[in-house]
Amino acid sequence: MKITKEEVAQVARLARLELRPEEVARITSQLDAILGYVAKLDELDTQGVATTTHSRDIANAFRDDEVSQSLDHDRALTNAPLQKGEYFVVPRIIT
Amino acid sequence: MMDMNYFSLTLCEAKKLLQQGEITSVQLTESIFSRIDAVEDKVKSFITLDREGSLVRAEEADRTRRQGRAGELGGLPIGVKDVLCTSNMRTTCGSRILEKFVPPYDATVIDKLNRAGAVIVGKTAMDEFAMGSTNENCAFGVPENPWCPGYVTGGSSGGSAACVSADESLAAIGSDTGGSIRQPASLCGIVGMKPTYGRVSRYGLVAFASSLDQVGPMTKDVSDCALMMNVISGYDKRDSTSINLPVPDYTAALTDDLQGMTVGVPVEYFSEGLDPEVEQVVRSGIDMLKDAGAEIREISLPHTDYCVAVYYLIAPAEASSNLARYDGVRYGYRDMEAETLLDMYQKSRSTGFGDEVKKRILIGTYALSAGYYDAYYKKASQVRTLIREDFTRAFAQCDVIVSPVTPTPAWKIGEKGDDPLALYLSDILTISANLAGIPGMSVPAGFSSEGLPIGIQLQGAHFNEEALLRTAWNIEQRAGIKGRRPELG
Repeated sequence: MKITKEEVAQVARLARLELRPEEVARITSQLDAILGYVAKLDELDTQGVATTTHSRDIANAFRDDEVSQSLDHDRALTNAPLQKGEYFVVPRIIT
Repeated sequence: MMDMNYFSLTLCEAKKLLQQGEITSVQLTESIFSRIDAVEDKVKSFITLDREGSLVRAEEADRTRRQGRAGELGGLPIGVKDVLCTSNMRTTCGSRILEKFVPPYDATVIDKLNRAGAVIVGKTAMDEFAMGSTNENCAFGVPENPWCPGYVTGGSSGGSAACVSADESLAAIGSDTGGSIRQPASLCGIVGMKPTYGRVSRYGLVAFASSLDQVGPMTKDVSDCALMMNVISGYDKRDSTSINLPVPDYTAALTDDLQGMTVGVPVEYFSEGLDPEVEQVVRSGIDMLKDAGAEIREISLPHTDYCVAVYYLIAPAEASSNLARYDGVRYGYRDMEAETLLDMYQKSRSTGFGDEVKKRILIGTYALSAGYYDAYYKKASQVRTLIREDFTRAFAQCDVIVSPVTPTPAWKIGEKGDDPLALYLSDILTISANLAGIPGMSVPAGFSSEGLPIGIQLQGAHFNEEALLRTAWNIEQRAGIKGRRPELG
């Protein structure tokens, strides 16, 4: 086993996902198969090989720091499930 | 032109008739919607349609044309994958979590299409967050292959491929993270191009895996593909990964021979598991290229066998980070019953996301988590370097790489069932272009004995889309199947 149900449940907590017990079981076996497959990368010796995080060599892309039009409050709030005035409303955080 | 079904025209054909004053954009757009009315029940290409808005845009385009100011795509009806933000139409990304999301701005590609005068008829079906190879992961219905009911369109740009193939739009826009333009294009018998990473702006493209995603055209033929590339390509200051290089006139690349061009055939792409009919179509395509004057050379891409493993670590890792934004706070679905913040995050995400998306978020979170990062994400990123270097070596020996797009033609919906790995492995021939950032293209080249389309894949060096278009054009001229459309009754 590459991954256990307990590990899947822990990763789900990290990813802010809530899984039903039967989901945990199914996903564990699928993830196990996938992780078993990707282990084939261990066949390759990558000692000293640089990582690629980006296929093109772009260094920092700078632009001039100029003030320009941006999204106004009303427009930014149109999709909010819950809003009040200029704010997004969420359940109480500090009790 | 009285009796003609305008919907069956290509983009370039319709453009010519509009320029000559033979037809109007309103007629063309009405024809497209009558076609949609006739076949959409069977094909299910669209998540959202904008009939009224399209007719308004068409009238506008006709007016503009009368004033002598028609744009490159003035009055031409096209479909757009529901992954690009449109301020006048909801953008669901195929997910319940964005079911009611109407973006506050347009993606740069949408902006360019609008400026060019295109009439966007609707938003096409896709696998949720572009994660899938069959379009079965779409939360709003599964499109069917216009060539054979009950068969997959491919994915994730399955709706875009189907709507073009079924004449429900003259052309469409897709996005490609691991083959999501090229694979459905091949399975639905149309042309699809994934441009070089950085060629087309990703601003307003809902992010799946940011280092791999690229927007591109899906069209009825190669000329249309070149025309669309002219419109959507170019640097965008709002996408810091777009590259500031001049955009050539891609239509000028479509010349009638391949003299002086070397075409590489990678041995690794013709391994076991390749359907014999697919192999035969690709081999005869290679003969056509030889006939057009190209030199054919066998090449090697030795790390091909590792690309699926690399992709299914890197793409989920990036996705797990990108999809963290769906928290029920600023937009998207929120569970209104939840009493605590954590509960709200968890319940909103667990209800809003489908199974495949959850699975990939979990793989990505795992691969990036403490203790596993080196073994999985870092290792994959190192092998990605080896894959890139394979292509650098290959393009020192050839201009274009020719291969199959997919190991098999389309299959039945539901056939690959609950085995994600089997499906992931079917992406083996398209994934490496995204990992290396190079352009790739699919062009129709033949049919299976069951009558299902088979495409040929062409890959080129960074920013050498012109070589792909020229090669594809020469295949199209010789394959003898141009204009063949599915019978949809």
